Amino acid sequence: MRIERDVIYIFMATLFLMVAIPWAAGQLSDEILFEWPFFFEVAIGGLLAGVMYSLVALGFVLIFKASGVFNFAQGAMVLFSALTLVGLNELGLPMWLAIIATLFVMLVLAIVIERVVLRPLVNQEHIILFMATIGITYFLDGFGQTLWGSEVKILDLGIPSDPGFYFGGAILINDFDLVAALIAGVLVITLALFFQYTRIGRALRAVADDHQAALSVGIPLKHIWVIVWAVAGIVALVAGIMWGSKLGVQFSLALIALKALPVLILGGFTSVPGAIIGGLIIGAGEKLAEVFIAPLIGGGIEDWFAYMLALAFLVFRPQGLFGEKIIERV
Amino acid sequence: MIYREAGEFKASYREDQAILPIRQDRWFMWGLMAVAFLLIPAISSQYWLSTIMLPFLILALAALGLNVLTGYAGQLSLGTGGFMATGAFAAYKLATMFPELHIVVVILLAGLITAGVGIIFGIPSLRIKGFYLAVATLASQFFLIWMFNKFGWFTNYSSSGVISAPPMTVFGDFFVTGPHATAVAKYLFALSLVVFFAIMTKNLVRSNIGREWMAVRDMDIAAEIIGIKMLPTKLKAFAYSSFLCGIAGALWAFVHTGSVEPLAFDVNRSFQILFMVIIGGLGSIMGAFLGSAFIVLLPIFLSNAPHLFGINIAVDLISHIEFMVFGALILFFLIVEPHGLARLWQIAKEKLRLWPFPY
Amino acid sequence: MNITRVKTTIIAAAVIAGSLAGAATAFAADSQFIGSLVYRTGPYAPGGIPWADGFADYINLLNARDGGINGVKLDLEECDTAYNTDKGVECYERLKNNGATGMPAVMPLSTGITYALLDRVVADKIPLITSGYGRADAADGRIFPYVFVPPATYWGGADIAINYISAQEGGYGKLKGKKIALVYHDSAYGKEPIKTLEALAKQHGFKFSKFPVPHPGLEQKATWLKIGRQLRPDYVLMWGWGVMNATAIKEAAAVGFPRDKFIGVWWSGNDADMIPAGKAATGYKSLQFNGVGSDFGVHKQIKKELYAKGKGSAKSAENTGEVAYNRGLQSALILTEALQAAMNHYGNKPVTGEQVAWALDRLSITEDRLKEIGADGLFDPIELSCVDHLGKGRAKVTQWDGKQWKTISDWISPNSEMLRAMYEASAAQYAKEKGITPRPCG
Repeated sequence: MRIERDVIYIFMATLFLMVAIPWAAGQLSDEILFEWPFFFEVAIGGLLAGVMYSLVALGFVLIFKASGVFNFAQGAMVLFSALTLVGLNELGLPMWLAIIATLFVMLVLAIVIERVVLRPLVNQEHIILFMATIGITYFLDGFGQTLWGSEVKILDLGIPSDPGFYFGGAILINDFDLVAALIAGVLVITLALFFQYTRIGRALRAVADDHQAALSVGIPLKHIWVIVWAVAGIVALVAGIMWGSKLGVQFSLALIALKALPVLILGGFTSVPGAIIGGLIIGAGEKLAEVFIAPLIGGGIEDWFAYMLALAFLVFRPQGLFGEKIIERV
Repeated sequence: MIYREAGEFKASYREDQAILPIRQDRWFMWGLMAVAFLLIPAISSQYWLSTIMLPFLILALAALGLNVLTGYAGQLSLGTGGFMATGAFAAYKLATMFPELHIVVVILLAGLITAGVGIIFGIPSLRIKGFYLAVATLASQFFLIWMFNKFGWFTNYSSSGVISAPPMTVFGDFFVTGPHATAVAKYLFALSLVVFFAIMTKNLVRSNIGREWMAVRDMDIAAEIIGIKMLPTKLKAFAYSSFLCGIAGALWAFVHTGSVEPLAFDVNRSFQILFMVIIGGLGSIMGAFLGSAFIVLLPIFLSNAPHLFGINIAVDLISHIEFMVFGALILFFLIVEPHGLARLWQIAKEKLRLWPFPY
Repeated sequence: MNITRVKTTIIAAAVIAGSLAGAATAFAADSQFIGSLVYRTGPYAPGGIPWADGFADYINLLNARDGGINGVKLDLEECDTAYNTDKGVECYERLKNNGATGMPAVMPLSTGITYALLDRVVADKIPLITSGYGRADAADGRIFPYVFVPPATYWGGADIAINYISAQEGGYGKLKGKKIALVYHDSAYGKEPIKTLEALAKQHGFKFSKFPVPHPGLEQKATWLKIGRQLRPDYVLMWGWGVMNATAIKEAAAVGFPRDKFIGVWWSGNDADMIPAGKAATGYKSLQFNGVGSDFGVHKQIKKELYAKGKGSAKSAENTGEVAYNRGLQSALILTEALQAAMNHYGNKPVTGEQVAWALDRLSITEDRLKEIGADGLFDPIELSCVDHLGKGRAKVTQWDGKQWKTISDWISPNSEMLRAMYEASAAQYAKEKGITPRPCG
């Protein structure tokens, strides 16, 4: 994977600013306490949170990469998969069997979506497909709640969640976030390798470029779509497990997709490594801003700051850091 | 047989350029206006007027604004809720700072302020396109809502951050806001404004600026080559669209709900308006109204349907089924006609032109 | 004929017909209609479902045990709002004219819907009862003739929390120099206590810091790093809602902030919010304006009359002790006591909203009456008047022990003098903005 020079410059500038601005804010204002151990706590916490965002963004990237569809239903899929997992577990299946059963359910969901939604709408404009995924969202929301109810459910996988003090007791890092980051990292590396080095991965990239051209060289479009939606479903399940353990499995889980959107636009809609790097930048950026800049203007700026940050990056690279350059022909 | 152009002669260019060239179309439109202004207020219940027609009209206006931006100018925007909030809060500040101003003046000024805000947040569109722009406009959405929550000045320092519309009249004793306003008064007021702006928008998109917008939408590089300047064109789209959204927001706060907090215009509202535009049909004035009808009326019908048919289901199951059927209907309409309900309407008219012949 | 056009026409006609007919449903002419706006679905369903169950159970208990109120049967109809303001307004408009005399009162259970209905209830003359939420300044009954706020308000709750903290520290004098933080949902609801807390901070000399959490509050790491590692306050108060509560408690645990110094308002004290937080929630405290558990006479009756016969609304009889359930029970109690007072005065037939408002202006639920019902210790007695639409406004502090809430304090009274002045000032500003003349309360 080639990294352009531009990206490296932007990256280094970002790193510099992420340290310099909090430091400067600490010098200028009495309200803001800047100490290096605390700075690292916030930065590391932010990086770990960013990895959790990347998990959700991955699902978007996969589907956009392979079918050109901006899958608004990713959040609903995260919720649906988590609900199904906990529901099956409550019905009596042991956790490992419930996970396999849920994977199977997500595969069936992918097949149904391909048959009912994608096939009739092949080659329509992007925005129509986007609207179709919204229809899927509504349907999954209602369906999930009908099947499993609206109460909040606990998902306990035994991951430790106590605060851990590292580096000689100076820096506080949450154990749960570390484990989640590890799992997400493994998943991302697997997916990156899958896309780059397997035949199916190349077929997926071909389909992302142009449906009709891919068809004409003999790539079975229908199978590819089922595969990619199923993989996105698996990613949704992992994200659902991680976030569900954090927040409890409930309707609000679907709102996590909104937190992943800035990651998407920063990293580029079509790049798996972009999702990870974007997640790290957004996570660290928004936490650092909330702690070191927000006290000057009142606090609570995390949400819009993430979007503003992504917007700032887009000004320099309109296709995101690692996204495909948008080539327009007259 | 009935709906045809045979026998209609245009004696001047002016007649030829009419918005509704076919005489039957003009009769239909006058009939629709008569129904809307005279029949519906006369026979409808207060529930129908204030819970169904009023939100339908106000959201149709917002959908109109977004349709101009997304359907005609091709700039995908998810900041509609934020602009509606700007309109609502601007109108509130104007109404409380200058109580002598007439309500129409307040609303128009609020729209102009929102247009200014829209221009500022439209600047990224010069560099960013497509879905990236949509997500970037979410920045404006979240920022505006945060701003209205944060700074007490916008809500006159009320302890809960909620704005409450003062009672205002259109003329004489004809209240349109506050507890004395009747549903009929509110409906007619909103209807007049919406019809006025719909006509204005229809004329605008048939004019030079409308053609420039459509050129930018279709292929902006080619548009630039033939001499259409990107900066003014795109910013004008944002300005006009925000103007309409701001007026819709002011109407929502003043005429429909009476008291509103910023969260009423959060990202869900933006998505709701975008859905209306896509379902109704991008790039069509009629589409804004059809989409608004679909998104506003359908859930109400779906939650009332079990009662209507005498089936007694638990309330939460009704809500879930409503979601599922709503999603399924969206998919159904998109598969049947991907270009939206307005296209279906157009096809119907074309078929009617040939009736009773099949082709 | 194009089949698509046929389909479109049919659907369009059906939609219009359905919406038009939405308002008309038949009810028995001599039963009292009760419309209930609840949310059993949507993002806040975990907190809304027990409330809806408690409300429905009490109404059904009265029907099953006494045959209604004074012999008039009660007709309960629920409408699901999913905590959505638009839907809430639609539910209200649809239900308000149902039954023989329309809806007797509306309890929307959402601050957003409350604000949307404020103008409408005055025009429709239907009392709006907002127990523990909504506009705190509606305590001034002269400016809000149709809004009632027993048994407690947010401003009172803020004062009670500071009162409790001062008791823990050994008196108000010991508060000087202490740091108290407020973590709040960045919305109208969350901002309610700020003015009161700032006034109290000035009065007693403690340092007050605000930490807004943008809706919906799924990610609070940065906020809690600021609180737990930078500010390190002595106490943290929370005005959270929904998923924000569990996240906050977990993040507090993650930064090592002691849970027993963490006090939430009643809407941050639902069982449904503690369960996802797991072990981290043990020791967390919350204000409540009712008792906890199901060991009270009224619960026993509900279990006997309804659950034993399979007519209970909740999933099982064990869920009848949740705090949200008890809150629903209390709202139903306030409504039915008002209905009975109205019927005693106007006759034993379905009553109108105006008549219920008359009854609410004189509502008196005494300790003896609570004993009669089997709810003494569960609820605080309520005395309303034309001028005072709030009552004593007391609340107590409870603590989560990992499985349930345990009451750890007695009923605490808020500083009524200071708060009454604040209510009247705020209500006067509202009256000036809206052009309302205060009604005379002779």
